[in-house]
Amino acid sequence: MYVRALCAALLALILMDAPSVAKERYIIVQSTTSTQNSGLLDHILPLFTKKSGIAVRVVAVGTGQAIKNARRGDGDVLLVHAKAAEEKFVADGFGVKRFDVMYNDFVLVGPPSDPAGVRGMRDAVKALAKIAKTKTPFISRGDDSGTHKAELRLWRKAGVDVAAASGGWYRETGSGMGATLNIGVAMSGYILTDRATWISFGNKRDYKILVAGDPRMFNQYGVILVSAKKHPHVKSAMGRQFIDWLLSAEGQAAIGAYKIGGRQLFFPNAAPRK
Amino acid sequence: MFSGSARSKTGAFAVSQSLDPPLLAARDLALTVRGEPLLRNVDLDIHAARRLMILGANGAGKSLLLRCLHGLTRRTGGGVYWRGRPMDRAARRAQAMVFQRPVMLRRSVLSNLLFALGAAGVRKSERRARAQEALEQARLEHLARRPARLLSGGEQQRLALARALACRPEILFLDEPTASLDPAATLAVEQLISAAHSDGVAIVMVTHEAGQARRLGDDIVFLHRGAVAEAGRAAHCLSAPSSAPLQAWLEGRLYLEETRLSAEKR
Amino acid sequence: MSEIGAIFRAAFELILRWDSNLGEIVTLSLYVTFFAVALACCIGLPLGAAVGVFRFPGRTAATVLLNTLMGLPPVVVGLGVYLMLSASGPLGPLRLLYTPTAMIIAQLVLVTPIIAALARQITEDLNREYADQFTSLGVGPFRKLWAVLWDGRYSLLTVALAGFGRAVAEVGAVMIVGGNINHVTRVMTTSIALETSKGNLNLALALGVVLLAIAMAVNAVAMAVRASAMRAAYV
Repeated sequence: MYVRALCAALLALILMDAPSVAKERYIIVQSTTSTQNSGLLDHILPLFTKKSGIAVRVVAVGTGQAIKNARRGDGDVLLVHAKAAEEKFVADGFGVKRFDVMYNDFVLVGPPSDPAGVRGMRDAVKALAKIAKTKTPFISRGDDSGTHKAELRLWRKAGVDVAAASGGWYRETGSGMGATLNIGVAMSGYILTDRATWISFGNKRDYKILVAGDPRMFNQYGVILVSAKKHPHVKSAMGRQFIDWLLSAEGQAAIGAYKIGGRQLFFPNAAPRK
Repeated sequence: MFSGSARSKTGAFAVSQSLDPPLLAARDLALTVRGEPLLRNVDLDIHAARRLMILGANGAGKSLLLRCLHGLTRRTGGGVYWRGRPMDRAARRAQAMVFQRPVMLRRSVLSNLLFALGAAGVRKSERRARAQEALEQARLEHLARRPARLLSGGEQQRLALARALACRPEILFLDEPTASLDPAATLAVEQLISAAHSDGVAIVMVTHEAGQARRLGDDIVFLHRGAVAEAGRAAHCLSAPSSAPLQAWLEGRLYLEETRLSAEKR
Repeated sequence: MSEIGAIFRAAFELILRWDSNLGEIVTLSLYVTFFAVALACCIGLPLGAAVGVFRFPGRTAATVLLNTLMGLPPVVVGLGVYLMLSASGPLGPLRLLYTPTAMIIAQLVLVTPIIAALARQITEDLNREYADQFTSLGVGPFRKLWAVLWDGRYSLLTVALAGFGRAVAEVGAVMIVGGNINHVTRVMTTSIALETSKGNLNLALALGVVLLAIAMAVNAVAMAVRASAMRAAYV
């Protein structure tokens, strides 16, 4: 009798949140911490919801994890920033099609004392090589995120084997951007971060952007509808509606309009569509 | 009517009554723990509506014998028989026990009684009336709602007795129930025991007080080092003991066996 | 020092202002935790009592297992529940991932062993006291189980509190299975994690103070109940 009552309670619990009971129309977007922590999504999503009546539930994790979650079917739309991995996601049949949405850039931030002397350099690869040479602490995400992938690309170009230096001057936090910034600032190390997260970050202390403007630090965001062929439960119609809005003139304008302290964080660059 | 039949080989005695078959009987009962014999060759018969006092020095095995008879401690040898048959769950239900330190559930006085009645399989509709009756008998009605563990030692022991008797046992085991009580509380408990006896309940009680044995006992069994040293009518044995250990005990002498003394001297 | 003062001022302002966002987060936190702990008690208390009271082969192994599971890392629980509830997992069709139910399930898995292990200890001690009396009264197994649970109720309240403390402060598991979705699965702990990653350390700590205050209030109520029980010698 007791066991039966317990089972009933568990069942009630499950049904409570089951889709048949939930009234709200929503999609799940697997995205990155930068889009959420910067406040961009909080700014643009209500505009979409108001227009379409579709709520957007954002799960903000590193790009690597976001893609893995989407591969398992735990999301309807993917909004991340690691083009190669995104294209592989589509090629493997998990995504319908990839679209450019917006971009910003990565910047190298560091302490005002700038022990490696990289301030003002335009060449990110050379700056990193200098950091490696002087063995100044560098704090890496180390979490297979979009930012981490971009950082590793730059190290490869600089000919530095960071895996060998890991645990020495090269430190991997294995955490999100914000956590890594908190740690990096506390350790007086250099950190590669996306500009949006940096601008909205609240614990900068006296840290400054030291290196920026290298074309290789370009940071492109892409959006992909998760394929219903692999995961039939994906809400394709609503997901497509969201992507269409994001790429539309209205969505693009909303992205461009988001500013913190007068500074624009993301630059829309979707290809014009009919 | 009464015959204390000596068993020459072991020196143990049996309490027996020639009339009805015994309610509870122990035959060659033994308990050995880690090679040490704590009880051996115990034979006794307990008859309905009789009062048997188990006496003995500290460590003689009085409480252990009581526990073996009631089935709380598993004997290692011999047998215990209820109306001539091995003990079972139904036999257990016809028995009740009160411990030296009463075990009170963390509930009210009334709930303690209701719990015991429930465990004894009394129908729910009858429990309240039976509990009320038991409370009145133990003169605890005014404390019915009180947390049982807040009662005084004497009140707790009366409640323990009332709880045991509420289940209407045919035999009641008592393990030094008044050991830690003052004379007034002791009297109240003894009156309850006597009342139960006059209702036809057989009493088996461990005590270390000769006076109490005289007051309450029909028969006695005197244990010495795990074996029955003397058994018989209380009035007779306590006034004219035939065994050396009981003589010594009644005179307040420490009794150590010759063999053991000589062994220790060596 | 002034930083600490600023944090407490921020926390105080946060509580005084009590905007709908904070209310929502606190409500969800309490809802998820209370539900999880209540269910964990329904499962863990009888389970722990059974191990504590009954003699059966493998009992020692069961005790060791329960005690070991007490130290289950939340992230591992989170991952396990995630893999179960994920669309590609065995329970995927229930579509529970990223819902409060998923968080309740994760906390349930996390807290049940704690409650069972602590309940085992308490009921075992109680049973040692009662065992002879129960045997004498001929108490059956179910009545015995229920009796030690009922008589241990005020001690077991502390057990539920331990479970509550663990669940309400837990972040790793609910982050993974809940997704920290704004207005849907964002609770106090995931908010703290989020504000920390935004670098809003003061706000994060202020939220921590609010969490602490709630935990303190719950504990105070429970302790008051226990104290009154203590006076009745029911503990």
